Amino acid sequence: MTLSAVPANADATGADPAGAVLHRVVVVGNPNVGKTTLYNHLTRGNARVGNYPGVTVERHVGRLAAEGPAARHVEVIDVPGTYSLSARSAEEQIAIQAVLGMDEHPRPDLAVVVVDAGQLVRNLYLVLQLVELGVPCVVALNMIDEARDNPPVPEAVSRLFGVPCVATNGRTGDGVPALIRAVETALAEPKAPSLEVAYPGELRADVDRVAEALPRALRANVERDRALARWALTSIDEDDELVAVDPGLRERVTDVRRAAGSRDVDREIIAARYAFLDSVAPSLFARGTEGRPKHAGSERLDRFLIHPAYGFAVFLVVMTTLFQALFTWAEPAIHGVEALVGALQKGAASVLPHGVFRDLLVEGVIGGVGNVIVFVPQILLLFLFVGILEDSGYMARVAYLMDRIMRSLGLHGRAFVPMLSGFACAIPAILATRTMERQRDRLLTMLVVPLMTCSARLPVYTLVIAALFPPTRVFGWVPVQGLLLVGMYFFATAFALAAAAVLGRVAVKGRKVPLILELPPYRLPKVGGTLRMMWEKTSSFLREAGTVILATTVVLWALLAFPRKVIDEGLPVAPVAAQHAIEESYGGRIGKVMEPALAPLGFDWKIGVGLVGAFAAREVFVSTMGLVYGVGGVDDGDVVPLRDRMRAETRADGKPAYSPLTGLSLLVFFAIACQCMSTLATVYRETRSLRWPAFLFAYTGVLAWAMSFAVYQGGRLLGF
Amino acid sequence: MTLGELGIGVPVTVVSVGGERAFRRRLMELGLLPGTEVEIVRVAPLGDPLELGVRGCRLSIRRDEAVNIEVSMLPARERSESAPAVVPVGSGVPAAP
Repeated sequence: MTLSAVPANADATGADPAGAVLHRVVVVGNPNVGKTTLYNHLTRGNARVGNYPGVTVERHVGRLAAEGPAARHVEVIDVPGTYSLSARSAEEQIAIQAVLGMDEHPRPDLAVVVVDAGQLVRNLYLVLQLVELGVPCVVALNMIDEARDNPPVPEAVSRLFGVPCVATNGRTGDGVPALIRAVETALAEPKAPSLEVAYPGELRADVDRVAEALPRALRANVERDRALARWALTSIDEDDELVAVDPGLRERVTDVRRAAGSRDVDREIIAARYAFLDSVAPSLFARGTEGRPKHAGSERLDRFLIHPAYGFAVFLVVMTTLFQALFTWAEPAIHGVEALVGALQKGAASVLPHGVFRDLLVEGVIGGVGNVIVFVPQILLLFLFVGILEDSGYMARVAYLMDRIMRSLGLHGRAFVPMLSGFACAIPAILATRTMERQRDRLLTMLVVPLMTCSARLPVYTLVIAALFPPTRVFGWVPVQGLLLVGMYFFATAFALAAAAVLGRVAVKGRKVPLILELPPYRLPKVGGTLRMMWEKTSSFLREAGTVILATTVVLWALLAFPRKVIDEGLPVAPVAAQHAIEESYGGRIGKVMEPALAPLGFDWKIGVGLVGAFAAREVFVSTMGLVYGVGGVDDGDVVPLRDRMRAETRADGKPAYSPLTGLSLLVFFAIACQCMSTLATVYRETRSLRWPAFLFAYTGVLAWAMSFAVYQGGRLLGF
Repeated sequence: MTLGELGIGVPVTVVSVGGERAFRRRLMELGLLPGTEVEIVRVAPLGDPLELGVRGCRLSIRRDEAVNIEVSMLPARERSESAPAVVPVGSGVPAAP
């Protein structure tokens, strides 16, 4: 592994820019132990969100909420929940990198290990690894209230591992001041703990051989080297996805494992650790036997919630509520935002002198900001739900129930909620993929979610269907127009699932790791934590994707506004003049240039301009078409004139320019193409690279073109 | 017998954990080791995945992987099969008998 920024044996403290001594504490623990809640207590909620180097994993950094003049400057960093330091992928590797300060991670002075008091032995497995590595620790026995029948005794744990141990209850905040004091004390008097677990003889020889091959920069002392060697033995593999592993180390590990022959090195290491923990466990509890809370209430709930019949019924209700919420509950807020933006635009328009600057401000900037803020209600609502589902433990049950179906589509069970949300809007759905642990699964879901029929496509569908399809009925009672709309939904969903299956094999590489899902006991979600997460997600979206969306809106405005042909004297512009302006604009010219590529799909340059406009937001297609056809301001409710104009449009030879077949081709195009810049901006922000949004745009664009082509030309061949 | 063939609610002891390396390693680190008691708590509505009860926690794995875990009806010994533990350095806690 590469040299870290601070050499392994350097002095414990760094210095912050102000010159004061800065300590670093990392917070580690199993998933579902209330680590986030405790972390928020430790930092009093003022952590910033960033990313770990090289991976798209969230990293929270905050300051310890310590009191008094002797309070130190302590940076507190969270580490994603993990059961063990052993790793197979770059994401899993974060744990050991963060804890030891390797590979661009800053070296911590202390690790706070959050432990579920009701699952002590398994949680202590992680503590054991840290202690073997000589990392100074403070153990927080969290969720102590759940273990009240036979609680673990902090002093016993402390004596066993040689590290301070404090009982805490993250929900109420009990024990947090004691924890903070313990952290400060441990920072003031650093003690490197040590522990000796009995490993079998042959294994010890293997470990020593691997320890010899550790790169110099990672060596410290004999015990720590051995612990690191054990990490290497359980992590490094022929087809792992670890980063920056020293080739010499890798080779030695491979040799040692091969030389071990039929001996199972992994099992020997893990079994020895558990043997130790099992033997000392009874002495750690008040009653002298290992305590395991029954979680009877949780059991009863599960009997109902994962019941074959009731379970699915409840699941449907929950998911329908989520869906309803995103679709309709957000409506008033969205309309509110649009009204506010409209008012601001009118206000600015009336105050400023006519001209380019005014239009730039009104349509470009204010419009652009509006385009960003309009997503906020749905993001907030979705994360409210996701937060409640996750914290309560129900999300794991969703993944459990949906696994069979999702797996056959190449998707993870946890992809269900994001995919469902895609029916409302892709942006919050893409943000919600954060709940998925593996980068590969997250990426695949992000690439497929935009294919779900989002609500912005509805105005386009409605316009096209109403304009170009007759309001007749088939089979005497099924309306063609309604059937078409429902059909588009089914088509898009089927297409999305097919795309997931194909992309999962072809484009998004990564091993399919077998499922191990823990179903934690049900717990009441903590409101404060959920609200904080909602705020964090929204503000980082605004900051990062928002700037891209705003910039793109301005660019698109410019494309349709320049070169300026209309003499702006503040008089209402005649529709014909506006129409000419559009035609002569850069956007119009792009439409004309695109026409040869669009003609085989049955489109003309006017639709081309509409597509350019739709890039800002799909519903802008409708208003852009309104401008192109010279029907003046087209609002959602006022499509009748536009509809009639489109229907009446004729070609040079007098035949209708747009037929139902063109309509179908256009519907298919819109269903597939990801022309929504907000989606692309969000994918860019979530993957931190241009590659994936570019790929998303390209693959959906090509497929949209191909499908439209097939529909139109196929239809022509069949005589429509 | 494998975990894939086991019925619901029958406690058994793990004999061996097979399967792909990363998977078995993670499963063992979660406490599913030879010598540990395990039972199938329930099966998902569509027949897959299985919900296992191990050391007081609930883990879910697929049937495809469950067939790689050998189990037997022998009485459980929670302690895994390797050498007995040694008193840790510097600790005052007596080792269990």
